[in-house]
Amino acid sequence: MKELLIWIPALPFIGFLLNGIFGRRIPKKLVHWIACLTTGVSFLLAGIVFFRFIGQPATEFSFQYFTWIQSGAFRAEFGLLLDPLSMVMALVVCGVGFLIHIYSIGYMWHEGGYYRFFAYMNLFMASMLMLVLADNFLLMFVGWEGVGLCSYLLIGFYFEKKSASDAGKKAFIVNRIGDFGFVLGILLIFLNFNALGFPEVFAQVAELPVEAGYGLLTAIGLLLFVGATGKSAQIPLYVWLPDAMEGPTPVSALIHAATMVTAGVYMVTRTYPIYTRAPEALFWVALVGSVTALFAATIGIFQRDIKRVLAYSTVSQLGYMFTALGVMAFSAGIFHLMTHAFFKALLFLGSGSVILALHHEQDMQNMGGLRKYLPVTCWTMWFGTLAIAGVPLFSGFFSKDDILWQAFAAPVPHHLIFYILGTVAALITAFYMFRLMILTFHGRTRYPADKLDHVHESPRTMTTVLSVLALLSLVGGYVGLPAWLGPNVFKHFLDPVFKYLPSEQQAAAAHHHSINQELMVTGIAIAVALLGIIVAWVLYQRRHVTPENESSLGWLHRLIYNKYYVDEIYDATVIHPIQRTSESFLWKVFDVGIIDGIVNGYATLSRALGIFTAQLQNGLLRSYLGWVVVGSLFFVIFILFFWSA
Amino acid sequence: MDVILSLIIFLPLIGAIMLLFVPRESINTHRGVALVSSLMALVASLVLWGHFNPATDAFQFQEFTEWFQIGTVKIHYFLGVDGISLFLVILTTFITPLAILGSWAIRKHVREYMIFMLVLETGILGVFLSLDLVLFYLFWEIMLIPMYFLIGVWGSKNRVYAAVKFFIYTMAGSLLMLVGILTLFYLHAEQTGIQTFSFLQLRDALAAGELVLPHQAELLLFLAFGLAFAIKVPLFPFHTWLPDAHVEAPTAGSVILAGVLLKMGTYGLLRFCLPLFPNASVELAPWVCTLAIVGIIYGALVAMVQPDVKKLVAYSSVSHLGYVVLGIFAFNLIGAQGATYQMLNHGLSTGALFLLVGMIYDRRHTRLIADFGGLAHRMPVFATFFMIITLSSIGLPGLNGFVGEILILQGAFLDNILYGVLAASGMILSAVYMLWMYQRVFLGKIRHAENEALTDLDLREKLILTPIVIMVVWMGIYSSTFLRPMDRSLDRALAGVQAVRAEDTVLEIREARLEQPIPAHRTEAVPQND
Repeated sequence: MKELLIWIPALPFIGFLLNGIFGRRIPKKLVHWIACLTTGVSFLLAGIVFFRFIGQPATEFSFQYFTWIQSGAFRAEFGLLLDPLSMVMALVVCGVGFLIHIYSIGYMWHEGGYYRFFAYMNLFMASMLMLVLADNFLLMFVGWEGVGLCSYLLIGFYFEKKSASDAGKKAFIVNRIGDFGFVLGILLIFLNFNALGFPEVFAQVAELPVEAGYGLLTAIGLLLFVGATGKSAQIPLYVWLPDAMEGPTPVSALIHAATMVTAGVYMVTRTYPIYTRAPEALFWVALVGSVTALFAATIGIFQRDIKRVLAYSTVSQLGYMFTALGVMAFSAGIFHLMTHAFFKALLFLGSGSVILALHHEQDMQNMGGLRKYLPVTCWTMWFGTLAIAGVPLFSGFFSKDDILWQAFAAPVPHHLIFYILGTVAALITAFYMFRLMILTFHGRTRYPADKLDHVHESPRTMTTVLSVLALLSLVGGYVGLPAWLGPNVFKHFLDPVFKYLPSEQQAAAAHHHSINQELMVTGIAIAVALLGIIVAWVLYQRRHVTPENESSLGWLHRLIYNKYYVDEIYDATVIHPIQRTSESFLWKVFDVGIIDGIVNGYATLSRALGIFTAQLQNGLLRSYLGWVVVGSLFFVIFILFFWSA
Repeated sequence: MDVILSLIIFLPLIGAIMLLFVPRESINTHRGVALVSSLMALVASLVLWGHFNPATDAFQFQEFTEWFQIGTVKIHYFLGVDGISLFLVILTTFITPLAILGSWAIRKHVREYMIFMLVLETGILGVFLSLDLVLFYLFWEIMLIPMYFLIGVWGSKNRVYAAVKFFIYTMAGSLLMLVGILTLFYLHAEQTGIQTFSFLQLRDALAAGELVLPHQAELLLFLAFGLAFAIKVPLFPFHTWLPDAHVEAPTAGSVILAGVLLKMGTYGLLRFCLPLFPNASVELAPWVCTLAIVGIIYGALVAMVQPDVKKLVAYSSVSHLGYVVLGIFAFNLIGAQGATYQMLNHGLSTGALFLLVGMIYDRRHTRLIADFGGLAHRMPVFATFFMIITLSSIGLPGLNGFVGEILILQGAFLDNILYGVLAASGMILSAVYMLWMYQRVFLGKIRHAENEALTDLDLREKLILTPIVIMVVWMGIYSSTFLRPMDRSLDRALAGVQAVRAEDTVLEIREARLEQPIPAHRTEAVPQND
């Protein structure tokens, strides 16, 4: 398996090298063949590894290939870790990634820089797979920053647009702020455990007791979580993700919905031995997650750009996943990560299909009634919508319900707050998604009539991908049924990963709640989803409210539409002050004026001294005589007064 | 193999002497001779690497002959290489041919230009390989002269000011070092009766306790050496000569200056200050580390707002070299290894950045960021190379910069968590200034008509950049090639300061113990720490 596993990330990387180096000189068809074939085979390999893996009695394999960095005890191997968690992640990444590669053929065919796009996409796949397969913190960080780089490159893909290159830069820098925390976490881990490999570190962590109050593990947990808030777009570092929609839509689907942004969720899950022993850190994970879930959902209500709605929705859904992790329902978080990958990729790709059909129109004000023109896009997107809204039988219903139930029943303090936040967010989610669907596909057509002739369904490659994802959005949830309905295969598969749970928590988890309570939580979830759906239906379908009418809500609309002015606040409080101080004080006054002033001052001083002494040599006997007298006097005085000893 | 070190040092000089006999007009011959002789030095240094034994901390391939005598004092021609200097030598021989190849735009006095480049290389190599302090000092000073002329003759508008400032500033520092060297010599002669300038003899005498430096003297000696090195590094606040020198220097001058010359400062700290003055090093380390950290953050902030690309890269050097100094003064293997690695990284990435800036300067005769924008449309290959080097410079994992940076941060973290935290913030800032610059130069629409006609890189230019990119990737993925040969030598270089540190800890424990029971005897019992 060792030899097989390495090819999973290596193949896309080879694809990246081929397209990156030769892409400009080879035909476009070859470009996408290289890209799709490498990811496709990589997916196939992941499948083969999966079947071999479940045939093995062992549930954790750590393969070492070579030493990447070693200095004294600081040692980072190039090693891959295969366990149920990395297996699930690899399958999701490869599977969804492969589908989106196929979709991109149709979507990007008419764009310039075709080879560049696929080279970056392949590099992304390689980095993401490194991230999820790495067996130590430092190697994980390679993937972590690698996906950030690809995100930067792909957001700024249309680099002639200022907004696109701005967004790319913002994404990279905000992520770096998060990575600052991540790196400090890694440094602190090495400082205390003298190791970087997951198995080594966790075996030591497992020996430690659950921390009361703030201690080492809490510090590590919080620092790593700072990294997670950056990559997974949580408060306060979520601001880059909505702007990231400047990138081509397949990028939004793959990187900014299905895979990269879930890296933080994966990382916190991977480091659960630390978090489960640091309840304070865990509390912050749940709090940030659930507040983000609600906060981002509210911003989604009034966005007009179809992709921005989905972007805020992603932020919100990631918040759910963190809520799950925060209440120690790790497999529920990963379960939602998987179903979300299906339905959110689907929604983004669907929106891409709409955008392509409308010649890059993204404002929902100019949509409506597109059902007739884009039938496949419409019905597949409905699958995704029903899934994310939590309508029973769809995948999102099972995963979201699982999270809400776990939050409700969690053995952690304040868990009801998280539950309530999550439930309210579920209501809003159902609302904004139905708003989006109705504004796009139903009601009156607001797209200019003269251009409607050109609106047609996307090519087969794209609609096929949409259909596959629609199917997954429907059935993807049946692997994780709630206790009252059937077995949770997914949780069962992941369980071996969580062997280091502290014993107290194992006991708490084993504590059974009544089925009635669980049914009640499910009932409430269904009810709020229906409520959101009905309100959206009444407003947008019956009363034909359009985004433009919404502004009649006045300041509330302005506040939410402008995303609570968070970007402006960051600009005014952090970015501008730093920039202005650096320029007008640090550089122009301090560096040039003071420091260099002193240096040049010395030079001027010695020159002045030189000129002065040179002037003494003026050739006039009279003057020399004068100086001789002055000098002699000086000596006499000196001897008289200071030579006493 | 007996004289391989001399061969490496003097191959470029031989080239320079040969150039004297080439007629003034044949520019291509000048270029060819310079390139070939610098390439031969590269080959010789690779042979050296091939025969280098990583399992010992001794200086290898030593050459020792009496050189000249002043009175009874003998000056020796004493060379040797260890794991620290090995890669700095290779860095020098690697960067110089690339810098020469990047100097095709020079049309004025090509012969003299190439002669100065080669003499410069000889000087730098001599610095890294000398084990006799006088010889070291000689090479250290010799190297100033060609650099002075390179800036002063082939530089841009304000070149004379920059050249004089560079010369005098660094000269002032090195004169102090000369005083330091002589003081050390006399102290040693006084106490042991042996007259020597040999670094090895002095180091071993200190380690064996045959030579004992009074506390005050050690501090002053550390400062005398340290100031010379700090100016060269340059450590904040001794950095202001650097932006001027870089902006005015011709491309190759900047490449050598940033790529190799600055490392002479950090090399000096690691080679001389730590082993010779361990007590002073430990005592002053908090100050040095503070300056290094200020430099990291300050350099990055000032780099961020520079309108001139070259100045931006110059200030970024202040920031990067701050990391190196911090790594050295963390006094542990991880930090020192990161620092040495970062010297090589900085040589590659900043050298490459200056080469890249030179390539665009040759085309547009401007370096102002505002004059560019959208270059990626016209120069995709150039933009790609620039991106890779940018990523190397900001420490993207998988490329070389990260390896050095993470080791330094970990080393600093082991020493003092606060140092590590503050230094790590430079990670964010470097991304800010580099990516912002990249955006303004390469992305967006072409805003100036002059940029419409730009041509992408030609074969020569690609030939310059490709080896660097290969090294950037290699050093990022398989660092053992470079880290393993350093291990033993770094351990040796750190032995002194680590012993002092350990002693301090013992003293502290003893003091803590003594304080408790009988306070009456305390004053007598506490050992004096001088």
